[in-house]
Amino acid sequence: MTGETLLAVEGLSKHFVVGHTGALRTPRRLSAVQDVSFSLGRGEVLGVVGESGSGKSTLARLIAQLVKPSAGRVVFDGIDLSDVDRRHAQVALRRLQFVFQDPHSSLDPRMRVGAIVAEGMHHGGLSRAGRVERVAELLELVGLQPRIARNYPHELSGGERQRVGIARALASDPLLLIADEPVSALDASIQGQVLNLLSELQETRQLSMIFITHELPVARFMADRLAVMHLGRFVEVGAADEVFLSPAHPYTQALMAANPTYGRQRGTRPTLRGEAPSPIDPPVACRFAGRCPRRLDRCGHEEPLLERFAGGHEVACFNFEVESETELEKWAHSLLGS
Amino acid sequence: MMTDLAPSAPALTQQPPDQPVLAVSGLITTLKAGRRSVRLVDDVSFSLRAGEILGLVGESGSGKSLLLLSVLGLLSPPVAIEAGSVRLKGRELVGLAERELRSLRGAEISMVFQEPLTSLDPAFTVGHQLAEAVRAHRDCSNNEARELSVMMLERVGIGSPAARYKAYPHELSGGMRQRVMIAMALLLSPSVLLADEPVTALDVTTQAQILDLVLGLQAEMRMGVVLVSHDLGVVLDIADRVAVMYAGQIVEVAPALELAAAPRHPYTRGLLASKLSLLDTTSKVEVMPGHIPSLADIGAGCRFAPRCPRALERCSLEPPELEPDGAERTLRCFNPLGQQT
Repeated sequence: MTGETLLAVEGLSKHFVVGHTGALRTPRRLSAVQDVSFSLGRGEVLGVVGESGSGKSTLARLIAQLVKPSAGRVVFDGIDLSDVDRRHAQVALRRLQFVFQDPHSSLDPRMRVGAIVAEGMHHGGLSRAGRVERVAELLELVGLQPRIARNYPHELSGGERQRVGIARALASDPLLLIADEPVSALDASIQGQVLNLLSELQETRQLSMIFITHELPVARFMADRLAVMHLGRFVEVGAADEVFLSPAHPYTQALMAANPTYGRQRGTRPTLRGEAPSPIDPPVACRFAGRCPRRLDRCGHEEPLLERFAGGHEVACFNFEVESETELEKWAHSLLGS
Repeated sequence: MMTDLAPSAPALTQQPPDQPVLAVSGLITTLKAGRRSVRLVDDVSFSLRAGEILGLVGESGSGKSLLLLSVLGLLSPPVAIEAGSVRLKGRELVGLAERELRSLRGAEISMVFQEPLTSLDPAFTVGHQLAEAVRAHRDCSNNEARELSVMMLERVGIGSPAARYKAYPHELSGGMRQRVMIAMALLLSPSVLLADEPVTALDVTTQAQILDLVLGLQAEMRMGVVLVSHDLGVVLDIADRVAVMYAGQIVEVAPALELAAAPRHPYTRGLLASKLSLLDTTSKVEVMPGHIPSLADIGAGCRFAPRCPRALERCSLEPPELEPDGAERTLRCFNPLGQQT
């Protein structure tokens, strides 16, 4: 991990008003992201995992200022992005780029690939020929033939389109790449190709990355540090290996256990009971309490905050217990033993 | 009260135990466009025993969903079955009149789709749709249909089933809707359940709940299940046997644990190797080069040959056939991995 901080997120929250209730027309609030703080070093990859509705994508949009936060601030490369002076923020934001999940809808179908990639570049100082050359460089960088610049997105495969999306993101020489489920829409045999590309680019260019995914193995592959998100909150943060090998939060443990691991004995999969609570007007309580196997009385009327318990490992839980030997390790041991 | 859940059980016991509940052989489904025709499902053969879960894995465009629709006779022009046979408990389905097919669908063979929101009618209550499904196949009163439906909702783990019976689909969560779809598919205790990516649209923790539910009911009802998924992990986790599809063809069928431990087809091996597991701490994913071929321009040889690290000269000249590979496996490859004893 690198020492110098590139991104600092402080107390970021977002509520959406989703209607009104009662005679006083009290607004009903959907709490999408609640009090999220973290910092990201240069060249560091933070994996954010969570299920749908956990607020992962809203968090990404808040960081990039695509959605205005209800509270909190984002400092990127030394500049407060919520600064009143928008020009500063605009310039800084060029060095923060997105790679989206769906390569079908995130590329303009009426533009040629070359124009899509060039759109991401700073135009200052480059001649027309210079731009064409730079586009060719970028396409080669992501493993595409430069002649693809003349094609339209629909003429490409899903994997190629996602590579174009990555080339566009790299065009402005970003310091931070936010990748929101970049491989989820791709086929298994193509996923690996795109993951290898992202991982190589990250290393050679020392990119910082926020890598959002619902797939734990993908997070483990990409991330240095891992944040587990549940209904708008970070419930566990730590070095990726630590969180995977000794998960502390009961929700993280359930996520790990639910992940298919072939070869495991049938019926040994511990599952969560019940449904996730509604994020609309959540009560002051642990948001996981309703499904939690380790629930205490206290959990129903008090909300645990993220606290450090070992090294850089943080957890938001009143009654956590680190799994000394996870299901996964037991399985690994049984394989090695046989 | 008539709440017998296994009316088809006697029919099941009448047949010899070794005979598969579902046997597909040489099935070819084509898309005809003018003078051209494309084989979307090409020479597919497999069998399913009572009480067995057969996983069907393939990437998008491999033809796995279309294969299920072909089995159910749910194709419409320009797509049609060109050749082959589908036998349900010995009875040939290909060429059967739509009326007869309809009486079998839901009762003897049923299907769960990926997206539970679009497969339920938003204009009717869950209960109405369930009861209607019962009465379409069975001569019974409204009350009996209602009672059976509520009981089924309870069995698929829906809390306060009598209240949920009156709910509209939009009032339920995704996991809950998928439970309703499963309840509907299992209402009449079919012998065969075809499940097309039944958990793909759900969250991982919900996925595990639903898969466990299907497993429990399947064992209890001795149903044969074909589970289609793009996720090899899910399939290996719960299937007894696994069939791997590539570009419209089955390339390998084997018991799940054997397939995971000793894949014979290079494509199966590639799929297994490219699958990241939580145990991996690798810095590079092993990948297969190239991409899935378009079914419109398939060459003369093996469809996987252009991407295959083990391709021989022969592989690009003639197509391998799906052949028995030992007692429990079948394989479509001229140069397989390992040695089968």
